[in-house]
Amino acid sequence: MDTKTLEPILAEHPFFKDLKPEYLSILVGCASNVRFEANEMIFQHGGPADKFYIIRHGEVAIEVHDPRRHVIRIQTLRDGDVFGWSWMFAGRSSHFDARALILTRAIAMDGECLRGKFNNDHSLGYEMMLRFTPVIIRRLEAASMQLLDIYK
Amino acid sequence: MTTFLLEREDFPALLKTLTDAGYQVIAPTVREGAIVYDEIESIAELPIGYHDEQEAAFYRLHPTKDKALFSYVVGPQSWKRFLHPPEVRLWQAKRVEGGMEIVPNTQAVPRYAFVGVRACELHAIAIQDKIFMQGEFVDPIYQARREAALIVAVNCGVAGGTCFCASMHTGPQVTSGFDLALTEVLEDGRHYFVVEVGSDTGKELWKDVPHRKAKPEEAAAAQHIIEHTAAHMGRELDIDGLPEIITRKIESPRWETIAQTCLACANCTMVCPTCFCNTIEDVTDLTGGSAERIRKWDSCFTMDFSYIHGGSVRYSTKARYRQWLTHKLATWVEQFGTLGCVGCGRCITWCPVAIDITAEAAAIRQSDDGKGK
Amino acid sequence: MTANPMLPEPFRIRKVQKESYDTFTLELEPLNRPDPFLFKAGQFNMLYVFGVGEVPISISGDPHHPETLIHTTRAVGTVTKAMRQLKTGDVMGIRGPYGTSWPVDRAEGYDVVIVAGGIGLAPLRPSLYHVLEHRDKYGKVVLLYGTRSPDDILFRKELERWRSRFDLEIYVTVDYANPGWRGNVGVVTNLIPKAPFDPLHTMAMICGPEVMMRFTAIELLKRGVEAPNIYLTMERNMKCGIGFCGHCQLGESFICKDGPVFALPEMQERLNQWEV
Repeated sequence: MDTKTLEPILAEHPFFKDLKPEYLSILVGCASNVRFEANEMIFQHGGPADKFYIIRHGEVAIEVHDPRRHVIRIQTLRDGDVFGWSWMFAGRSSHFDARALILTRAIAMDGECLRGKFNNDHSLGYEMMLRFTPVIIRRLEAASMQLLDIYK
Repeated sequence: MTTFLLEREDFPALLKTLTDAGYQVIAPTVREGAIVYDEIESIAELPIGYHDEQEAAFYRLHPTKDKALFSYVVGPQSWKRFLHPPEVRLWQAKRVEGGMEIVPNTQAVPRYAFVGVRACELHAIAIQDKIFMQGEFVDPIYQARREAALIVAVNCGVAGGTCFCASMHTGPQVTSGFDLALTEVLEDGRHYFVVEVGSDTGKELWKDVPHRKAKPEEAAAAQHIIEHTAAHMGRELDIDGLPEIITRKIESPRWETIAQTCLACANCTMVCPTCFCNTIEDVTDLTGGSAERIRKWDSCFTMDFSYIHGGSVRYSTKARYRQWLTHKLATWVEQFGTLGCVGCGRCITWCPVAIDITAEAAAIRQSDDGKGK
Repeated sequence: MTANPMLPEPFRIRKVQKESYDTFTLELEPLNRPDPFLFKAGQFNMLYVFGVGEVPISISGDPHHPETLIHTTRAVGTVTKAMRQLKTGDVMGIRGPYGTSWPVDRAEGYDVVIVAGGIGLAPLRPSLYHVLEHRDKYGKVVLLYGTRSPDDILFRKELERWRSRFDLEIYVTVDYANPGWRGNVGVVTNLIPKAPFDPLHTMAMICGPEVMMRFTAIELLKRGVEAPNIYLTMERNMKCGIGFCGHCQLGESFICKDGPVFALPEMQERLNQWEV
C-alpha cells in the first residue's frame, strides 16, 4: 500500500493531534497499515519489540502467561488506543503478548525507522516524547492500581 | 446580682437539704491518695484540709494548715462517669417465637446532686450536652441522667499546676449551667461560702438552707479569691487562630516527635471530661436465647478504633495522637461550635510520660507545616 | 420523648440471594412497623445479627419500593459472615435509615455518570433505580463499573437487562481476566476518558475503595467535570450510626451524619492525607 494514503489517517488520530504537517510527513514514512484476524497474535513475549501500534478499529488484549493461572489478561484496548513501548530502545524484546480479539485494523510504526528519524531531528523526537510519555504514565498509574488489588 | 452567705457550720444543712430532696450526693472524696468523685453521706467525707500538687505526670495530696473543704482542683475522674457511664447496658434482646424482642434499658435513673463542680467541668458538661442531647439524635441514657442531675458548683480558690482554664475562657469563675455556686472564703478566722443561685431548682432548695444575704465586703472577698486564682494558672494555652493553624499543620514533623514519646495508653482520653467516644459490645448468654448490648468508653488511641475491613486507618501512634489533639483543638469547633478542651489539665497530670497539651499545641504552632521545601 | 435511636427494629428475611462467592443480598420486611421503610438513595442502616453484633450497610434496593428493604454486602467480618448464614424467615435488627444521600434531585437536567468499584455498586444501585424511574428528567446516563475479576461482578442479570436499554450506557471492566471473558480488562478509571457524557453538564457519583475514588475523581476533573458536581461516599469504622460513638470521624466530619455521601470539595483535601 502506498504510505502516502496513511497521512490523513494519522492526522486524524488523537495521538497525532496538532502535529506539524512536516513532522507528519516524516513519520508517515515509518507507518504501515496492518490487519489482524480475530485471535491472531500481534506480538509475543520474548519476540522482538520493534513496533508500536495505533488501533483504528478493533480490540486488542495484552496478556501474560502464568504457569498456575495460564493466560491472564491485564488490559484490553480499543479504537484510538496505542500500545507497544519497547521499540524506543534498540534490541529490546516484548514482555507481554498482544492479541487481536476481533478483526482489528491498526497502523504499525516501525521502531528502528522512528529512532532514525528522531536521531536526525531531535525536535521531532522531543515532540513525540511529549506524546508518548503521558500514555506511558497513564499505563503505569493503571498498573499501580491493579497491583494494589483494591477490591480485595 | 444577689449573693448569699452560707456559714461553714451550715454546710451540712446544705447536704441534708439535697439528700432530703431525694438526691444522691456525689462529691470529692479521698481514695488511694487521690481525690475522686463518689457518693458521700457526711461532710467528713470531703477532702477537708487537702491540697493537690499537680505537674505533668505528677499528682500528690498534701495536708493544708487550714480546714478548707475545697482547696484542691480536679482529680483523675470527672462527672462524665455519672452522666455518660464507662459501661452501660443499652438494651436486652430475647429470642421469641417468630422473631426477637428488644427491651430498652429500664434501670432506674439515678438522681445525682453533684457537689463541687468546677467551672471547667461545667463547660465540659455543656459540651457533652451538645453531643448527646442537642443534635439530630438524642441519647436517652445521657438525657435522663443529665436532666435529673443537680449541680452545686464551686469557684476555684486555688489554681492547679496543670490548670489552664483562664486561657480557654472556661474558668475559674462559674458563669452558667449550675443550680447553686459556692465560693469558699477563709480569712480573719472566719470560714464561709458566698453563694449564687443559678436556677429555679436551686432557688427552691436554697430556701431550706440556713443563710443570709452576703455583705458587699464578703462578696468582694469571694471575687478577689477568684481573681487571684485566675492570675495564678499553672499553664497557659494560646488559642488565637489555633484551629486553623493545626489544620494547616497536619503534615508537621512535630507529630512524629510526639509519637516518639506517646505510649498510646489512652489515659488522656479516659481522664478527659469532654472525650465521649465509645464502643459497643454485643453479648449473648450461653443458651443463645438472650442477648444484650453494652456501651463502653473507647479511645481514639487504640488500634481497633479506626478498623475497617483490611486494617486500621490510623495505624501509627503519630496519627492517633494527631487525631486526638486535632479533634480537641481544631475539628471540634466545626462539629460543636467550641473547642473540645476546657483547660482542666487532667491529660497533662495523668499522662504517664508527661506529654503536655499546652506545650504540644505551642510546638505545633511554631513548627514547619511539613508540606515540603 | 423521641423514639430511642439505639433500639433495633425486627425485620424478617424474605429472601437471600447469592451475588458472588463472597457477596449476598438480603430482602427484608418489617415485623411490626405499619408504614413502609422510606429511605433516600445512598443512605445506610445498622444491621444487627442476634448476639453477634451490628454493622453499617448501605441500602441497595429501590427507593420507590420501600415495602422491601434490600441490603447487599460482602462476608468479610464477624457480623457479615454470621449474616451470610441467615436463612429465609430469620429475624434481624435494623436501625436507620441514616446519613446523606446521592444528589439525584440536583442531578436533574444533567448527564449522570455513576462510577462503581467492586461492592461499591450496591450503594449506588438505588440512585440508578431513581434515575431510571425518572429517566426523562436526566441527560445521558452512564454506568462505569470496575471489579477485580469477572467472578466479582454484582447484579449480573440486572446489568444485562439494563444493557439492552437504549437510554443507559453501561461499561464494565475487570482488573484481571482469563481469556474466556469477552469484556474490558483494565482499571475503571481507564473508562472515563472515552465515556459518552458532556463533562460540563455532568453530575458524577462514585463509590468504591478510597484509592479508586481518588483516581476516579482525578480523571473526572481532567475530563472537565466540576468538583462540586462530583459526589463520593466514604467509609470509616462505625459503632452507632448517629454521631455518639466518635469512631467514624474523618477530620471535622462524622461519616454517619455528615456523610456517607459527600461532594468532592468537602473531601478533596482529606483524600490526599494519610491516616486521618
